[in-house]
Amino acid sequence: MNKVMEVSGLTKKFGNFTAVDHISFDVTEGEIFGFLGANGAGKTTAMQMLCGISMPTAGKGTVAGYDIIKQNELIKRNIGYMSQKFSLYEDLKVWENIRLFGGIYGLREKIIAEKTDALLKRLDFEQERNTLVKYLPLGWKQKLAFSVAIFHEPKIVFLDEPTGGVDPAMRRQFWEMIYEAADQGITVFVTTHYMDEAEYCNRVSIMVDGRIDALDSPAALRHQFKAGSMDEVFRQLAREAERGD
Amino acid sequence: MRILKFLIEKEFKQMFRNPLIPKMIVMYPIMVLLVFPWAVSFEIKNIRIDVVDHSKSTYSRRLTDKIAASRYFILNDIPPDYRTAMWNMEQGETDMILEIPTSFDVDLVKNRASAVGMAVNSVNGTQGLLGSNYVTQIVNDFSSELRSELTHTLPAQSRASMMRMPRINIVPQYKFNPALDYKSFMIPGFMVLLLTIICGILPALNIVMEKETGTIHQINVTPVNRIGFILAKLIPFWVVGLVVMIISVSAAYLIYGLWPAGSVVAVLFSAIVFIFSISGLGIIISNYSENMQQASFLVMFFILILILLGGMFTPVSSMPGWAQAIASINPFNYLTKTFRMLYLNGSTLADVSGNLLMLALFSVVLNGWAVVSYKKRG
Repeated sequence: MNKVMEVSGLTKKFGNFTAVDHISFDVTEGEIFGFLGANGAGKTTAMQMLCGISMPTAGKGTVAGYDIIKQNELIKRNIGYMSQKFSLYEDLKVWENIRLFGGIYGLREKIIAEKTDALLKRLDFEQERNTLVKYLPLGWKQKLAFSVAIFHEPKIVFLDEPTGGVDPAMRRQFWEMIYEAADQGITVFVTTHYMDEAEYCNRVSIMVDGRIDALDSPAALRHQFKAGSMDEVFRQLAREAERGD
Repeated sequence: MRILKFLIEKEFKQMFRNPLIPKMIVMYPIMVLLVFPWAVSFEIKNIRIDVVDHSKSTYSRRLTDKIAASRYFILNDIPPDYRTAMWNMEQGETDMILEIPTSFDVDLVKNRASAVGMAVNSVNGTQGLLGSNYVTQIVNDFSSELRSELTHTLPAQSRASMMRMPRINIVPQYKFNPALDYKSFMIPGFMVLLLTIICGILPALNIVMEKETGTIHQINVTPVNRIGFILAKLIPFWVVGLVVMIISVSAAYLIYGLWPAGSVVAVLFSAIVFIFSISGLGIIISNYSENMQQASFLVMFFILILILLGGMFTPVSSMPGWAQAIASINPFNYLTKTFRMLYLNGSTLADVSGNLLMLALFSVVLNGWAVVSYKKRG
């Protein structure tokens, strides 16, 4: 299996504070990789280094075949990103947001128009085409943000707590979308707080105080920690954490 | 650059969807030009003057009448002596005293020269200075009037000798604004002020707003290049600036009948070069600010410096050296000079090319800085 991401010794320091402390891991093509950790464990910082918007203090790695230090702008052509803060343009309409990001990733007008129609149809979103994004309910916004993040068919999509604040029914739908994307061959790199969601991943890593303390498939981790659920695994690890909220 | 089209499209949509900005772009220039030129004027009218006329001759009466007829003065009193006049001034009844000597007429006819005394209450410095300037101008005017009259009444021989006499004439200072109309002087300045505020503040608050909503984050993980992103931010404000300028020029004409003595195309062209530089400054401020509060605070600080050291209200030449040094790198100063030349002096593009070159230089530096200071990776 091809590795779409390989990282070793990745570190980020802010002054004296080491947000990410020498993490090493790799992600296989087509995988759904769960990136878990308590609040403040360093998940978002690590993800930002992988996406090329934060400069690592030390360490090296490749994402989508490009060097994370030197080729960060090339990485950006091949990834999608959905931040934990909703960040589509609220004062643009649904179709305008799709068009904008399609255009930014270099898609042609005609392709954008066709893909937009198909997307809205698939999401059953056609009646909201001309709605300003700020008027959409949160769950819908998240679905739209995810769809926009994979609109240009990236190799990898990074999802930073995509289901935060969303109701269980909507979370389920959202994970169905993630599976669909993975079926299309898009590698999914996802952070989450919900341990039931961790079970949906092919492999998960658990960060504690900036380090990766565990990394395997959910079943293997449950076995390793002699736990009945991922929730228990997480709690055993998080108990040792010195920082958090 | 195909991406640029999508980004510019987005900026315009956002601008037009803003409930306030499109209205402000139209109303702001009209309101400013309608109101401020009347209020912000250093023209001093209705200076009260006492004339102490010791001469009581035809000539002295003519001079007094000339002063009284001027729209700058109100003839307060013709007191019998200087002491009474001084007392009037102390009582605050009059602002100036003009003393005409007993020998005024004799001196004028025989010696072809005379002197008048002037006392000014300079508690209000501007009024004092301008008041004495106005009186000097009226007296000069009067003396040249007399000179031409007297020349004609003289016998031919003396007339010839008179013609040979060196004439020391004071060149009128108010050459290009003969009516001394302060409004025509200030309006070009107000146009610069409008451009500075609209094309300086709006870009300054723009990128920082994307920081606050988090959308900049989304942009930073895309392959958008820095020049493209900044250019897409700038271009809409260049268009806005041009619209503001067209509205201002039209408003100045419709309200005050003021039209550039030079070419109107030159006015718009210099405005565009200025807009390049000022919007670049706005973007720089936005790049260095974390939030709206910081950006507004910073942009206000810079705009204050630009305006107060920009030669609009006070001439740069009368500023101390350090202030002149700041003014020499102040785009506001260069456009104010340019606009006044184009509006009042009837200068051509060639006359203002030095100023435009400086503005172009500022544009290159500021916009280069704007691109460099936008960081996609922290």
